[in-house]
Amino acid sequence: MGNQILAQAAKDAGAKIMFGYPITPSSEILETWAKICLKDKSLSVLQTEDEMAAGFGTIGACLAGVPAFTATAGPGNILMQDAVVMAEALRIPMVVMIMQRGGMSTSTVIYSQEEVRLTCFGGNSEGFRIVYSTSNLQELYDYTLKAFQMAWQYRWPAFVLADGYQGKMKGEVEIPDQKLSIPNLSPILKKGVNLRNCYNLEEEIGEIIVNYSDEYQRKRQEMEEYEDYQAKDAKIIILSHGIVAAAAKVAVDQLRKKGISVGLFRPITLRPFPTKAASEIMGKTQKIIVIESAIGQLSGLFKEELFGLNTTLIEVNKPALGFTPAEIIKTIQAYE
Amino acid sequence: MNNLPSFPQCYKVDSKPHKFCPGCGHPIVLKMLGQVIDEMGLADQVVLMVDIGCSLLAWDYFDLPTTQTHHGRTVPTAVGFKMADPGKIVIAYMGDGGAYAIGLQHTLTACLRDNPLTTIVVNNTLYAMTGGQLAPTTMDGEITTTTPGGKKEFETLKGPELLKTVAHKEAFLARGSTEKPLVLKQYLKKAIETQKQGHFSLVEALSACPTNWKTNAPKTIEKMKELEAFFKQGEF
Repeated sequence: MGNQILAQAAKDAGAKIMFGYPITPSSEILETWAKICLKDKSLSVLQTEDEMAAGFGTIGACLAGVPAFTATAGPGNILMQDAVVMAEALRIPMVVMIMQRGGMSTSTVIYSQEEVRLTCFGGNSEGFRIVYSTSNLQELYDYTLKAFQMAWQYRWPAFVLADGYQGKMKGEVEIPDQKLSIPNLSPILKKGVNLRNCYNLEEEIGEIIVNYSDEYQRKRQEMEEYEDYQAKDAKIIILSHGIVAAAAKVAVDQLRKKGISVGLFRPITLRPFPTKAASEIMGKTQKIIVIESAIGQLSGLFKEELFGLNTTLIEVNKPALGFTPAEIIKTIQAYE
Repeated sequence: MNNLPSFPQCYKVDSKPHKFCPGCGHPIVLKMLGQVIDEMGLADQVVLMVDIGCSLLAWDYFDLPTTQTHHGRTVPTAVGFKMADPGKIVIAYMGDGGAYAIGLQHTLTACLRDNPLTTIVVNNTLYAMTGGQLAPTTMDGEITTTTPGGKKEFETLKGPELLKTVAHKEAFLARGSTEKPLVLKQYLKKAIETQKQGHFSLVEALSACPTNWKTNAPKTIEKMKELEAFFKQGEF
């Protein structure tokens, strides 16, 4: 199951502690981690009183130089942003797994892509974070490893953003023999260090935000990831992320067989958005069709980053509902 | 004169004079804490986490690893650090709003779980940094900026008494007062010893806020007596 894969991946990544508050559809991550801890006494788990405690517990462990993570969904993601914004401010490499459930409010416990904006920009900050949107079980594993690597390397909080479908899906993943060790692993709060997130003057904090932003922009291409699936020469490019992109890929294969010039561009990092690649690949196409299980959350990111692109943009929104390849094929044929 | 407290060695000298208001109780609590850390020889082991509110002004008070957290989130951050590095003495420093209102679920649950921590709560019966609003600790009839007619609708929250109902038998819960700093110091010492033995500890310190109480020196002393009469002191 996807959620079990995530817990195993966290262990393989080098995580030592998980803090979590149960919420569907992410709870099996905490349950699986608790079982892993029974066998491996070097690991520990804490079921906290709420998601804020889970987030700040994760921060506490990272401050001690110990890789830690948490997992949540929906309303828990809202509460989690309290900790995430402090992690941005104090450069704490916390790792958070988000299994999107339905939005808005409590909604369903099943699926949506309604937590894109929240995960990318939640909090009174500028989105100084790395957000990986996974598309299948193998990626749940691979990008969990990567999230720990990148969080500690760049000292920004990192998210693995998936959904209830991926979390509950069953299947096999390949586990590499070689394990990477986490870079820059040392205590953050140590002798001589006094950290604050509260400032007296506008100028003081203004300068810090500008410096963070400069650093984030300077390093963003080292963090950006995308998948270009037969998109380079395509007249129509589908823009989608996460599990919707998995369906879109099947659709592209079948449409290509029918002689339709279509491809897929999938941002893997939603933050930082792979803007340079998106601009190069999609700048030449005739039509971009954004397909997502939300209303304009992905297309909003895209439009913000690629303002002025001279291409027709069509948005296909199904908030809280999934897409089948057959549906996507029909949609593309309608707009061809 | 030998009883007079000395300047703690673990102070960060270049952050002095401190940033608290004249007459504030925080520096008394922090001085006692500094002396305890010195006397127990713990400067290399202590990690301090401070809440938002007036507590945040202690972020560079000591030459000790110190971090601010978010309002009410100091206890869970301390819990996480302690789990990751159990050899450290982790101290969560908060006001009554952080410990008993916005962060009560954390304070209560850390006590319920018996997390080995030392929590220090400075109780001045109101929200001081934001300008003197109602707190769970506001006394009967007390005037705050959000209870201008005097608080009378409900009871006053008493932290150690509440925590006692869920505390492990080896946990340490006490309430002292900045009017009796050497007693307070003994509580802080016992609290840290309790953490070393693997249990939860909380020390509440009754403390003055002349700025928001709008009291001069004699009236501040008078109001401290009111607090001391209202909140039972001792070990619980």
